[in-house]
Amino acid sequence: MIQYLQNNSDTVLAALRQHLYLALVPVLLGFVIALPIGYLGVRFEWLYHPLVNVCGVLYSIPSLALFVFLPVVLGTKILSPLNIVVALTIYTVALLARTVADGLRSVDKLVNEAATAMGYRRTRRLIDVELPVALPVILAGLRVATVANISLVSVGALIGIGGLGQLFTRGFQLFYVEPIIVGIVLSVLLAAVADLVIVLIQRAVTPWARA
Amino acid sequence: MITFEDVVKIYPGGGTAVDHLSMELPTGKMTVLVGPSGCGKTTSLRMINRMVEPTSGRVLIDGQDVSGQDEALLRRGIGYVIQHAGLFPHRTVLDNVATVPMLLGKTRREARTASLELLERVGLPAEFAQRYPAQLSGGQQQRVGVARALAADPPVMLMDEPFSAVDPVVRAQLHTEFLRLQQDLGKTIAMVTHDIDEAIKLGDYVAVLRQGGILAQFGTPQELLDKPADDFVASFVGRDRGLRSLSFDSAADVPVSPPATAEQLVLDNGRPVVWRTLSGDRAIAGTFTKDDSLRIVTDLAISSPVGIAVRVDADGVCDGVVKHHDLVDYLLTRRSA
Repeated sequence: MIQYLQNNSDTVLAALRQHLYLALVPVLLGFVIALPIGYLGVRFEWLYHPLVNVCGVLYSIPSLALFVFLPVVLGTKILSPLNIVVALTIYTVALLARTVADGLRSVDKLVNEAATAMGYRRTRRLIDVELPVALPVILAGLRVATVANISLVSVGALIGIGGLGQLFTRGFQLFYVEPIIVGIVLSVLLAAVADLVIVLIQRAVTPWARA
Repeated sequence: MITFEDVVKIYPGGGTAVDHLSMELPTGKMTVLVGPSGCGKTTSLRMINRMVEPTSGRVLIDGQDVSGQDEALLRRGIGYVIQHAGLFPHRTVLDNVATVPMLLGKTRREARTASLELLERVGLPAEFAQRYPAQLSGGQQQRVGVARALAADPPVMLMDEPFSAVDPVVRAQLHTEFLRLQQDLGKTIAMVTHDIDEAIKLGDYVAVLRQGGILAQFGTPQELLDKPADDFVASFVGRDRGLRSLSFDSAADVPVSPPATAEQLVLDNGRPVVWRTLSGDRAIAGTFTKDDSLRIVTDLAISSPVGIAVRVDADGVCDGVVKHHDLVDYLLTRRSA
């Protein structure tokens, strides 16, 4: 095992780097896109249920199908990392749009009412009051989306771009167990570390939630 | 002064919440809107800061129609306290109080300094400043709610059932503190409650509303108790209104007899000690002074084993006694006057 790591450190590191990139860029993009969508689902109440349904359907599309289907829609090459990024962004949006909506809906009606009565206009109320109060719910969703993305990236290996997942495919092809074990351990570790980082951020930005 | 001019509110779907309401809430006074649920009291309150728009009629503050004013700016000039306080859970107590000053463009430091003083004013020690609302008791949260409403020193305050979420002991304490605060500040306050006792205790004026948003009576608490406009007000005010009305009458003019005429009263250097009755010595339940109300005098007379209330001067020396038949005669002549 050590031997394998010593001999292939460049390959493993490159796979790790790609894995991180492919998992986290969609989280950021998805978060930015999900915020306004989730907000609309609260601002216009009739939109909430359609939003939840569409998100559910999107999330239920098998990832491999999406990876294969996207190049057709986007006109990208089948081996372009963009396919993975777009696919995972779609999943992230599907998860987070609902979470953002649920988070904003979780804000006590009295709190919103008090804010309005004190002279907040809608936009400032959203930024100063609603989003901060919804943050624990939103960050919990972000944790799920991040961990899900990290595990989904590996599936991309089946179409040739999959970060640590490529260590699995290589191991299978060569009947060689070491890269498979390294791949598994590293992706689990990556997910655990990413989760921990978000938990720490959550603690730092919502000290009141533990009060 | 807050003026309601023939205000009507009909909700889509047909319910009339407020029905041709006209009244004036005087400047510097506390007016309590009271009535059963569905009487439109909260709707009326919310029309003052445009949280609800009237279907017809006008609401004016110091002669200015509120409907012509920018909603957010109008609201920043009106303090607002709600049930359960509605504090922002993600902000410290201090930053909660600093909310409106910050909205008005004060620097964080200015806003916080002013807020710290206010916390003290509503009876919260400075160490609460950095706590979060979830770490406070209901009564403490309500105090923060009052401080937050006062932070920008608005001339007008709206209070929607501000004290109903706390237990009776804390509520009584908050009442006392709030009355003292209002005595200093002299805000024009509109307060909503479903509790007639609270209305009578706190209000300079009380507006009794009935189902369907109709104003049944507007007057001082004593007017309500003494001369209820109709059966609805009379029953809403309660059966013991005659007795409660006495709390608004001074005991200064009640006829007293010399202490010596009460043979059962034992004095020591002029101070009342004990009742000496045929069945033995009985404790004196209490005494009153000229500053007390007739309700106290009446209560003392009926709880005394010999039907006599004892009056003392500032030094605690007995300067007269009120015998029950004299008291009843006095109350009767007072009533017919």
